[in-house]
Amino acid sequence: MEITRTAIKPPDDEFVRDESGSIMPTVENFYKFCAQRRLMGVKCTRCGAVICPPRGICPNCFSEKFEWTELRGNGKLLTYTIIHFPPAQFQALAPYAVGIVELDEGPQLPGMIKNIKLEELKIGMALQIDFETALPKEWPRWPRYFFRSSS
Amino acid sequence: MTHLSTTGVTEILAMASDFPFEQWHGISFPGIFGMMAVDHMHRYGTTEEQLALVAVKNHDHGAMNPKAHFQKRITVQDVLSSHPVAWPLKLYDCCPRTDGASCLVLTSPEVARKFTDTPVHIIGSGQAQDTLSLFGRESFSTMKVTKLAAQQAYGMARLGPKDIDVAELHDCFTIAEIIAYEDLGFCGPGEGGKLVQDGQTRIGGRIPCNTSGGLKAKGHPVGATGIAQAYEIYLQLTNQAGRRQVSAAEIGLTENVGGAASTGVVHVYGRGD
Repeated sequence: MEITRTAIKPPDDEFVRDESGSIMPTVENFYKFCAQRRLMGVKCTRCGAVICPPRGICPNCFSEKFEWTELRGNGKLLTYTIIHFPPAQFQALAPYAVGIVELDEGPQLPGMIKNIKLEELKIGMALQIDFETALPKEWPRWPRYFFRSSS
Repeated sequence: MTHLSTTGVTEILAMASDFPFEQWHGISFPGIFGMMAVDHMHRYGTTEEQLALVAVKNHDHGAMNPKAHFQKRITVQDVLSSHPVAWPLKLYDCCPRTDGASCLVLTSPEVARKFTDTPVHIIGSGQAQDTLSLFGRESFSTMKVTKLAAQQAYGMARLGPKDIDVAELHDCFTIAEIIAYEDLGFCGPGEGGKLVQDGQTRIGGRIPCNTSGGLKAKGHPVGATGIAQAYEIYLQLTNQAGRRQVSAAEIGLTENVGGAASTGVVHVYGRGD
């Protein structure tokens, strides 16, 4: 028998929450915020470090207490590369650029860089986050963010 | 590993990286080292020609190793004109996927004496961990794991980089060998490109590196690579390396990294005779 796996875009109330009802600082919840076109990080309630993507333990002070904080999604390009031989599901896009962006709030986030000519990529250039409108077909179907020129 | 297609191997090797933020966004394993290379080039002025020279040197060495995967010399032009994989890394900047096996007999110095008059001693050993993924690190043009593991291994051996006569390095991509020179202290930060350009890491140079041909030409049978590095140092320190023998090699070193330099191991070896 053929099994069909239908992914459903998660409604907001399906965030993974702890006993007290708080949205837990998980990767899954990060991508649920992406479905709302929001780039969210977590702020350590002990030392104030802003962490994105979220982690279960603060890499600065090892606290496990966080609150979610929305990031503006603006930053500058730290480094990049142009992928010519991609993994299977990205073949149709090659060649494409990926890079690491230092967000204005401090965290460093990797991602694809789109809507820009590859020869115009430059370290230090201003980029901003954007979100794909369609859900990927592949497991785990997290909605993808990407970076584009902010000019 | 050679039974898989390029796409298949790309997928499998990517599993050594961060799934939700690297693999999920199309960042291949060569892509991670491509980003290190771009950062190194931007920060220090390292050139694509200098990257190519690592491959050329390792193929020259591999051509003298009857057990190497590639025993054919290549030119800088061959590297520069090869197909881009993850720019600035091209096909000849990347090690091949290789089938292979390696082994060593590890025992105490006393027991070793019963089997051989020419044992090689491990006189320093270090291991370190970093983040799985590249993006959270303070620097993309250095490998903290290699620095930390080298500190431990040099400390245990009571030796330093100037004492090393021959080294096998983890040149999964050409940029990784240049960064390893710097992290092991064979040159200063940012000077790795110049070190290879000046021929200092060739056989006959100040610090011959990857006399086996390295991962680039000897080959990279992933799980067997670390021991194969130790094997080459064993040959060098026991004067059995044939045409690629480094004269009067007394102290050797191996440097191995796992993932995107998420884990690193450095060993220092001395002659036991």
